Amino acid sequence: MNTREKVNLPQKEKENSILNHPINRKRFLMFSGITALGIGLGIQGCSEDDIVTTSTNSVDLGAGDVGVLNYAYALEQLEAAFYIQVAASFYSGATSAEIQILTDIRDHEIAHRDFFKAAIGSAAIPSLEVNFSSIDFTSRNSVLNTAKAFEDLGVSAYNGAGYLIDSAAYLELAGKIVSVEARHAATIRDLLNPRSPDFAGNDVVDAAGLDVKRLPSEVLNIAKTYLVTSVTANNLP
Amino acid sequence: MNLNKLYNTVNETINDKNVSRRSAFKGISKLGLGALTAAVPLAIAGSINKAVAGGSGISNNASGSTVVEILNFALTLEYLESRFYQQGLLASGLIPGGDRAVFTQISLHESAHVIGLISAVQSLNGTPVPQPTFDFTAGGVYADVFTNYNTFLTLAQAFEDTGVRAYKGQAGGLISNDPILTVALQIHSVEARHAAEVRRIRGQKGWITGNNGGGAPPVIYSREDNYIQGGVDVRTITTVSPDAISEAFDETLTMTEVLAIAGPFIV
Repeated sequence: MNTREKVNLPQKEKENSILNHPINRKRFLMFSGITALGIGLGIQGCSEDDIVTTSTNSVDLGAGDVGVLNYAYALEQLEAAFYIQVAASFYSGATSAEIQILTDIRDHEIAHRDFFKAAIGSAAIPSLEVNFSSIDFTSRNSVLNTAKAFEDLGVSAYNGAGYLIDSAAYLELAGKIVSVEARHAATIRDLLNPRSPDFAGNDVVDAAGLDVKRLPSEVLNIAKTYLVTSVTANNLP
Repeated sequence: MNLNKLYNTVNETINDKNVSRRSAFKGISKLGLGALTAAVPLAIAGSINKAVAGGSGISNNASGSTVVEILNFALTLEYLESRFYQQGLLASGLIPGGDRAVFTQISLHESAHVIGLISAVQSLNGTPVPQPTFDFTAGGVYADVFTNYNTFLTLAQAFEDTGVRAYKGQAGGLISNDPILTVALQIHSVEARHAAEVRRIRGQKGWITGNNGGGAPPVIYSREDNYIQGGVDVRTITTVSPDAISEAFDETLTMTEVLAIAGPFIV
């Protein structure tokens, strides 16, 4: 990805980096909306210019509903970046069904990311720099388990932050997205362990039939593994 | 509309023992499945409004329903789902061995939701709505629901996708009660996990493309082909396809719409 991130990437990831493949890079830019709209969407580091204009080492999400929306935007940026890299060069042995699913999810996360960027407007946090050095994008096991972790994390984040939202309209929007994240989570889990209880496994759904929830501080503590940018939520619990 | 008045009517009729509770739902259920294959019939909304006309109209939130009303509404749906899977798991030869673990898990969750919602209603000094009597054939339309696995799966998808939309539609009405809202959200995402898994077993995508119900009643997918979110036409700010945009956002159903869907299954 960008220069800073490349430093953190082992050789294997560098070789698989979408930016090292002109065709994939072009496709990435197309999906991220930069070439079509020129409105600066997309993850950090899509071009050298982006590094200069949006590079930042730390960002706070803000307070109130804007803080929660930025929180969601941060998570969607992370997910979109992950699936963009997954789909830029699928792990070997990926079935056509898996490619379809992961491509669909990539597009959903891009839609979520771009929506929040547009909806939050000038109060939006900048594009975040990601660090996927712990992920082996050539490995089905690594990719799908990371996807599972991201989707479950997203579900827990929306479930745990809903009560922080004051606007019923924003709450409904969050609801429209979280159920799609839950559909993703179940689908990825079904790929890993087909037709088992894992799609809504006891590791995420408790005996009362309630899905996992996490506070922003808990989510960010998990997400930081995948972020170069330090994201804080000083005005959120 | 004010569903609590409907439920009050239900409870009163039961207490009077003069009229069975089915009469309270008659306005919905007598329309039968034909209602499901058309746009949401205004007649249903009208019948419910008529049933609750003259009430005090007390409400404490934007959706016009109290927290207890919403919880009783959710409880009704959970009764339906819980009973549906219990009967499905008991039906000899219906669910293939390879899929039983999935439906056992779903059934456990729905039963837990029933218990949790009853408790939640009681915690607010409300009266939990009693479990209705269900007819999962919807008056014979789905006569083979417990002997034909494909029919069972179609209704399972219908109920799960409806449940997701139903909870989502009531979230705003729970905004004043943080603990209840959080529990509702935690149920909501579990229903979405269920929906995705059932859809996959049916050979569908786990997510909803446009308003395609894949053979489930189309009314359940009304407005799912929506591209405007929060006043933003998402098609204008991203380059992913309209299909992907529609998949990326699940839509809400109103209480009235959900009752119109559930009505034919309630005796």
